[in-house]
Amino acid sequence: MVEDEDIDLLLNDLFEIYGYDFTSYSRASLKRRIVRLCSLDKFPSFVELRYKVRSDPDYLKRFVEEITVNVTEMFRDPSFYKSLREDILPILGTKPFIRIWHAGCSTGEEVYSMAILLKEANLLKKSLLYATDLNPSVLEKVRKGIFPLNQIKQYSESYIASGGRLDFSTYYTANYGQAKFDQELSEKIIISTHNLVSDSSFNEFDLILCRNVLIYFDKDLQDRVLKLFDASLGTLGYLALGTKETLKFSAIQNKYKQLNREKIWKKIQ
Amino acid sequence: MLLIGGSAGSLEVLFKLLPMLDADLPFPLVIVLHRRSSGDSSLSDLLSTKTLIPTREVEDKDPIAATNLYLAPADYHLLIEKKQFFSLDDSEKINFSRPSIDVTFESASEIYKSGVVAILLSGANEDGTKGLLSIKKAGGRTAAQDPQTAQMQFMPHYAITHHAVDLILNIQQMAEFINQLE
Repeated sequence: MVEDEDIDLLLNDLFEIYGYDFTSYSRASLKRRIVRLCSLDKFPSFVELRYKVRSDPDYLKRFVEEITVNVTEMFRDPSFYKSLREDILPILGTKPFIRIWHAGCSTGEEVYSMAILLKEANLLKKSLLYATDLNPSVLEKVRKGIFPLNQIKQYSESYIASGGRLDFSTYYTANYGQAKFDQELSEKIIISTHNLVSDSSFNEFDLILCRNVLIYFDKDLQDRVLKLFDASLGTLGYLALGTKETLKFSAIQNKYKQLNREKIWKKIQ
Repeated sequence: MLLIGGSAGSLEVLFKLLPMLDADLPFPLVIVLHRRSSGDSSLSDLLSTKTLIPTREVEDKDPIAATNLYLAPADYHLLIEKKQFFSLDDSEKINFSRPSIDVTFESASEIYKSGVVAILLSGANEDGTKGLLSIKKAGGRTAAQDPQTAQMQFMPHYAITHHAVDLILNIQQMAEFINQLE
């Protein structure tokens, strides 16, 4: 049994020793992740886990990777991607240059999905996709663009459901149970570590996607991150969140208008 | 807080149960069902046709209010936070399921302790039993659908044989049990 006070101590260590601030993460989920890691790595008690984190910077890497959630997929919620295709890209396409930010991109499946949409809209050449996450190790996977082949059947179905008309296999080469996505896609992706909790705005974008990341933050942190997005979006830029996330009741809601049933907002002032 | 968890065969139980429930239950009712992972939200619309209790599919950080029915959304685990609100989590599936019944049951027992009552319905999966056990341990009360009346016996039967259940109820008894809760 892990007590809330134990978690507070651990979070305090992480901040003081390593500068990682998880204190404003949703507590119920964070606690579950910590308890899960404790049993996964067979620590006899929470005290041993805390000691390991404090004393072993290599283990810290694993700790951060495991307590953050890195579950993602290509073309998750196909109707969302369909709306990007039909409603958003034609408007972005009128710009001379398109900058897109995937904030908290994890292993990059959504970034590659976006690159495919841009390619099919003939916009990839004038686009740049910024992929950021706080975990350096997941970003390494984004750079490689290699995903497990056993997921591809489902991704391919979602791709079709999103309005894709090509044979999905034209986008990757299959080898040893892995699918390596084309370099044409990955060379448009700019990768950098960025911590939404502590880092500031670094560019101005036409579209920011941050799906199923805010659910792991408490209300105050959500508000802070939304302000960061607001500061990083040009006027008439778009912000896309996960299907169960919202701008409602946030500090920036009055500057945005929701487009349709999908969780996409347009910055109107 | 009243929790109901179900898998295959539990939807028709809810269709019979919900109309028998008082519309002004003095506690929140949270339903976790295994369902397809599509973003299809019509299940809450469907359930709301069976009850006068205000029904809502949970969005992230929704506050928890009494006399409301909350449905866990497809493809997310539903968690309960200290200050009376929900949070969502899209981490790995548990028992091949997201939402997982265990996850919500355990989370509720941690926050509401003995103030939790949970009922496990029909299903073909082990999900729910661990959650019921933690509710029992925290002093809450647990029940399972009588396997004789369940379309899929496995899930309630698994809970019963693992000593996770205080009461075994058919649908009529379930309604009476819920309506007398405070």
